[in-house]
Amino acid sequence: MSSIKIYIPGDSAAVSVGADDVAREISRLANDSKIDIEIIRNGTRGALWLEPLVEVQVGDDRIGYGPVQVGEVASLFKAQFLHGGSHALNVGIVADLVWLAQQDRITFKRVGIVDPLSISDYQAHGGWVGLQRALTMSGEQIVAEVTESGLRGRGGAGFPAGIKWKTVLETAGEVKYICCNADEGDSGTFADRILMEGDPFTLLEGMAIAAIAVGAQEGFVYIRSEYPAAIAKLSAAILIAREFGVLGSSVLGSTHSFDIKVRVGGGSYVCGEETAMLESIEGKRGVVRSKPPLPAIAGLFGKPTVINNVLTLASVPAVLADGAASYKSRGVGRSLGTQIFQLAGNVKQGGIVETGFGISLGELITGYGGGSLSGKPIKAVQIGGPLGAYFSPKNFDIPMDYESLIAAGGMLGHGGIVIFDTSVDLAIQAKFAMEFCAIESCGKCTPCRLGSTRGAETIQRIINGEEFEPNKRLLLDLCEVMTDGSLCAMGGLTPMPVMSAMINFPEDFENRAEGKK
Amino acid sequence: MTLSSWSLDVAMALLEPLRAEPGPVLIALQAIQREFGYVPSQAVALIATTFNVSRADVHGVLTFYHDLRTTEAPLNEIKICVAEACQAVGSRDLEKVLKGTYADQVCDAFCFGNCALGPAVMVNGKLIGRATAAKVAEEIK
Repeated sequence: MSSIKIYIPGDSAAVSVGADDVAREISRLANDSKIDIEIIRNGTRGALWLEPLVEVQVGDDRIGYGPVQVGEVASLFKAQFLHGGSHALNVGIVADLVWLAQQDRITFKRVGIVDPLSISDYQAHGGWVGLQRALTMSGEQIVAEVTESGLRGRGGAGFPAGIKWKTVLETAGEVKYICCNADEGDSGTFADRILMEGDPFTLLEGMAIAAIAVGAQEGFVYIRSEYPAAIAKLSAAILIAREFGVLGSSVLGSTHSFDIKVRVGGGSYVCGEETAMLESIEGKRGVVRSKPPLPAIAGLFGKPTVINNVLTLASVPAVLADGAASYKSRGVGRSLGTQIFQLAGNVKQGGIVETGFGISLGELITGYGGGSLSGKPIKAVQIGGPLGAYFSPKNFDIPMDYESLIAAGGMLGHGGIVIFDTSVDLAIQAKFAMEFCAIESCGKCTPCRLGSTRGAETIQRIINGEEFEPNKRLLLDLCEVMTDGSLCAMGGLTPMPVMSAMINFPEDFENRAEGKK
Repeated sequence: MTLSSWSLDVAMALLEPLRAEPGPVLIALQAIQREFGYVPSQAVALIATTFNVSRADVHGVLTFYHDLRTTEAPLNEIKICVAEACQAVGSRDLEKVLKGTYADQVCDAFCFGNCALGPAVMVNGKLIGRATAAKVAEEIK
């Protein structure tokens, strides 16, 4: 008789709430009862409120139990969970969970399903198909396919990936680089991490396709130091991919040579800005560069460089495997394909929601998210990280795509949505935005370096109830200077959370002296 | 993980293989800190000489990155996420409690990518989700 397969996520979110302990306990109790089991440490399915989610292979299905605490494992055995027995924690067939079934998983199709470091699992679930197709195409053809798919930069800027690649392809140079930005510093975002931990080969495949398209031979993945598990998984995947012949002097037996190195960040938020990231990979202070020249023309070590976010590169294998038409059949307007939204903060059902662009904010928060974790009403949501706008439930009809969010005074950013209940004070959040900028500014340009500190001071005066009107005018003026005068998005977008908080929650700023706090 | 005390030979052996790397200063500093727990002042001069850059360059990199430290690490390294998603589930209150108990062993961090299971605290490299003072206490040396 073959052993019973049990999936327990090794993802760091699952481990942070006890997945390792649960795995050890299941292994111990199975051993005591002489039951032959095989534990696979998969990535997370992204339904993070169910973690640790234990899945048991029963026939063709995977039956889930979650969230499992170590003290509940014995009762699972009693309930015959190894055969899908009923138990209070039984969530049924995991793939049929409405929360998962109604998503449209393209980039994340293997995450949570496969063994992250098993190359045979990867192949069995459609791995390398995109790369194999790319190897039969010219660089121009690959770039055309990616352009045609409508894929835009998922890091935040939303620049069309194909056009960026075309610039690198057409720039002459013996040496070119592919740089993957895995410095996912935005609070409320964790999709890069979950993908790197749960399906790292997809990212490597995407980078290899980019390399073949533009003629690059070396790639770097810049991962933040706050993600030790992702660093370990991706580094292990690179070694395996070299062994397998995907990376190295002959990519899948072709004449293309391509290899990847991991570089670890130093705990600096601004290094997620692409030119600061290049400086950091070069071993220098993460100080932003002026553009032009564009990194596509003079990037890493002055060479033509493709810089894309993890999610952008990880979407490329699907674009090549299934074709541009399939990818762009999803989404709306100029926001084509799927977006990986991340529900975070004070939310009941937080996690990864991959679906076509255009879903409404309310559908994500009340539908998928199930409302607040605390049970109190939702007061505010911040979309797109610490530089993104704060919206109120009045804005829940906003369609989630690049253009609609800009029209609403916000931005999609990296797709993170942080939910706050009524205990939040938006004046305090606005001040935090300025303080964060003051801490993380690289210091190169004055509006960002000094404006952030003056901004925090001004908001503090408003919080103290000192002379509201003059301080408000001063703050608006300062925000305008920062927006228009900063070199990069750090200083340029810090006014976005501040302004949106003032516009959407004026009651938190006015009349502080009489009454509150 | 056990840390070594400063040794020139150990440091030189660490840096030697990095000569082949492009842009080695940051990774050299990271390698030194992994080994010794911080970057001793002697390492700055050694990195400058080894990679033929100025001491000012090395000092600049060392002081830019929040991760790099020039003094020994505390017995317990407690990093609490104080970014927005964790604020939304009470990290500011938890921060006050932890700083009250563990004082300067606690430092602020911005995001561990565990934003749906906050508050997030990392204690000696171990990430804790839905963190409480009691859960943190279990990981303290």
